[in-house]
Amino acid sequence: MIFAVAAVAILIALTLAIVRALLGPTIFDRALAANAVGTSAILLLSVLGFLTGRPEFLDVGILYALLNIIATLAVLKYFRHGDLGHAGEEEEEAG
Amino acid sequence: MLDLILTGLSWTLIAAGSFFYVVGAIGVLRMPDVFARMHAAGISDTVGAGLLIGGMMIEAGLTLVAVKLLIILLVILFTGPVATHALAQAALHSGCIPVLANKKALGIPVEEAATRQPFETVPKRKRKAKSGSDRKGGTPSKPS
Repeated sequence: MIFAVAAVAILIALTLAIVRALLGPTIFDRALAANAVGTSAILLLSVLGFLTGRPEFLDVGILYALLNIIATLAVLKYFRHGDLGHAGEEEEEAG
Repeated sequence: MLDLILTGLSWTLIAAGSFFYVVGAIGVLRMPDVFARMHAAGISDTVGAGLLIGGMMIEAGLTLVAVKLLIILLVILFTGPVATHALAQAALHSGCIPVLANKKALGIPVEEAATRQPFETVPKRKRKAKSGSDRKGGTPSKPS
């Protein structure tokens, strides 16, 4: 029963993060909201694994936790350089 | 009996975790600035996810499920600050000015009545020299 409450709470948090992704004036608001949606998805998967009695969802959760951070960093790198081909070199102009 | 205690403990942790997770998400929606929103998202990532996964680990007992949940928690706890730092650095480099920044010290032109500056420093006023006041213990200082 408590898992249903947890699932509803995570869905509420997911909805609020999506609202921020739609509203956010800067692109960094949207990237932050996307990261929060990813973490919500991981936790929702774990709770659903308990609700349905299948522990296989946890493996999907581990994978997606690793992919989420890579996606956030890739999006930020694309915003900064325009393409994904640059290694993390120092900027010439003063930051 | 021990079963009842463990179930009660796990329910409490999951309820608290859900509460903090929603609080963090409300913060992401209501905070005035992109940097403050990152703080709120950090609440969800650490306290909310930590209590939720802790409660689920107690519910699962000493099985492989608990180990996998612990791995998920460790990945979230390690990658959350990395994402926050990268976002904050990118936002600062691209020109987002924090709401609480001391804009006069940074030399940024301020639009009157358009931005909130709750902690902007006010220049201290010089105290007027009082004639003939040699009180021991000093005069109480004016609040600036």
